[in-house]
Amino acid sequence: MIAYVLSRLWQAALVMLVVIGLAFVLFTYLGDPVVGILGADSSEAARAAIRSELGLDRPMPVQFLDYLGRVLSGDFGVSYRLGRPVDVILAERVPATVELALAGMALALLLGIPLGILTALRRRSAGAQALLGVSLLGISVPSFFMGVLLIWLFSVTFDLLPSFGRGETVDLWGWSTGLLTLSGWRSLILPAITIAVFQIAMMMRLVRAEMLEVLRKDFIRFARARGLSDRAVHLRHALRNTLVPVVTIAGLQLGSVIGFAVITESVFQWPGLGLLFLQSVAAADVPVMSAYLVLIAAVFVTINLVVDLLYLWIDPRLRADGGLEAARR
Amino acid sequence: MTDVLTRAWQSDIAFEFRRSPAAIGAAAVLLLFLAAAVVPDALAPVPVFDLTRIALRDAFLPPAWMEGGSPAFLLGTDAQGRDLLSAIIYGARVSMLVGAASVLLSVLIGVPLGLIAGYRGGWADALIMRAADIQLTFPAILVAVIFDGIARAALGGVAHERLAVPLLILAIGITGWVQYARTVRGATMVERGRDYVAAAALIGRRQGAIMLRHILPNVLTPVLVLATINLAVAIILEATLSFVGLGIPPTQPSLGTLIRVGNDYLLSGEWWIVIFPGIALLLLVLAVNLLGDWLRDALNPALQ
Repeated sequence: MIAYVLSRLWQAALVMLVVIGLAFVLFTYLGDPVVGILGADSSEAARAAIRSELGLDRPMPVQFLDYLGRVLSGDFGVSYRLGRPVDVILAERVPATVELALAGMALALLLGIPLGILTALRRRSAGAQALLGVSLLGISVPSFFMGVLLIWLFSVTFDLLPSFGRGETVDLWGWSTGLLTLSGWRSLILPAITIAVFQIAMMMRLVRAEMLEVLRKDFIRFARARGLSDRAVHLRHALRNTLVPVVTIAGLQLGSVIGFAVITESVFQWPGLGLLFLQSVAAADVPVMSAYLVLIAAVFVTINLVVDLLYLWIDPRLRADGGLEAARR
Repeated sequence: MTDVLTRAWQSDIAFEFRRSPAAIGAAAVLLLFLAAAVVPDALAPVPVFDLTRIALRDAFLPPAWMEGGSPAFLLGTDAQGRDLLSAIIYGARVSMLVGAASVLLSVLIGVPLGLIAGYRGGWADALIMRAADIQLTFPAILVAVIFDGIARAALGGVAHERLAVPLLILAIGITGWVQYARTVRGATMVERGRDYVAAAALIGRRQGAIMLRHILPNVLTPVLVLATINLAVAIILEATLSFVGLGIPPTQPSLGTLIRVGNDYLLSGEWWIVIFPGIALLLLVLAVNLLGDWLRDALNPALQ
């Protein structure tokens, strides 16, 4: 068990190191900071002077360690496009993305899990079949088109909700939140639905499949044979065993929500990290790109790590050596 | 010839197909899209990329059944006066080509790596699977965007524009290989222990030949199912990248590009320019998904 936790931590560290290495290569070879500082028509002598001043003429390993040290202290350089420190720009954008992702995630969990359970228990009913059909539609609609449809319906046709931006925000000890104003909430509705539709459908289908799998197991049959009521069998035995894999799914969903946020933010001009990232990619703003890469990798690695360790904690069967790897295959 | 057809008609898979209305419907829709990809000129009412055939005075015409619509343009026209139905037919062609090419690329990367990892084991296996783990840390859309961003920064704007389509195929193809590698690796590890592999090794066939001639044909069924489902994923990815402006340029638009361009007119009320390409995309993806689901169930009776 301890060996597993250690190997998992080592793996997480390895991923981070690879990603920071990639960011370093990007930062060093793609964006020439010297040209960024001096302009394209600077003389070669001036460039060499700046180069040695910035330490860019040192051996590569030294530069990498230097870069690693700066990344760990949160220094990602200056954005080419905006001319401001990257860490400051990123920090401004975090609240918008976090609020959007959490709202989408909450919708996915609150609707997806109950719907999945319901369609598994009433699998032959017309309602369940219809829901399943709708869910196929849900995973087939590209999320950006979902956003376009929602804007068309609720912003253009019925003029009920805003089609872009976050509305009014309130500054709460440095965290700008949209959750304390009416316009903030109204602005959140459409992007949150956009991000959640795919996740609700996915969650529902996965929970349903998992629940059907569990309902086929012997211990369910024995529980029925003992004369337990349907309610007790479903809630105490089936649901509990279904929820174990759901934890993993939910964790991975959170990652995917953050991935999808890039698209949703672009559709609704939501001023978060994803929109910043897209704008930086389009403008080849390398410092912001590499910083986003490292930041998002840290988020994903943490999520994956927590999910794996949670899994270990919930399901005692996996604590034997190699249990988790075996269970995943 | 008729013998082959009769046998195909009587095969299990054809029987499953005839029994499933969803599969038949999906196949019909997909055939329509395939026809659009193969002979767009025969289907499209107007050759939309022939500049002499479009006129600005036709711009912003609504669909034919609405007031002000013209019967010449069934689904209306866009800002340049192009027939929307024709633009969709040509756009679907680009979407399908890019989607299919990306899936092919994923298969060509993933299957050999999976074979090697599963057959050789050892450090090759460890290296390939660790790389897969690292990539799986990120959602496909981010991998594709990052790849595009790197290409953009490395090549510069003009060269990137010229190479947009191959780069897009590369970006989407790279996101998909992990699933094939994992699936093939698992199946290969099972097959490796079978008697026929031992027999082939015994008569002195080389490792490469054993992998390609003996094991590969036996692990291809799940690859086929995955490829069908991933075609839908690849088409969505392409459309998404094009929609956010990192994909196909408007000169040779895909469905995603059409939606991106049309989105500018949504707020001013010309909804058809964005909604119809979107519905076409949705139909295409839904048909591929339905067919993929059906194929998975038909090829794997254990799941039913």
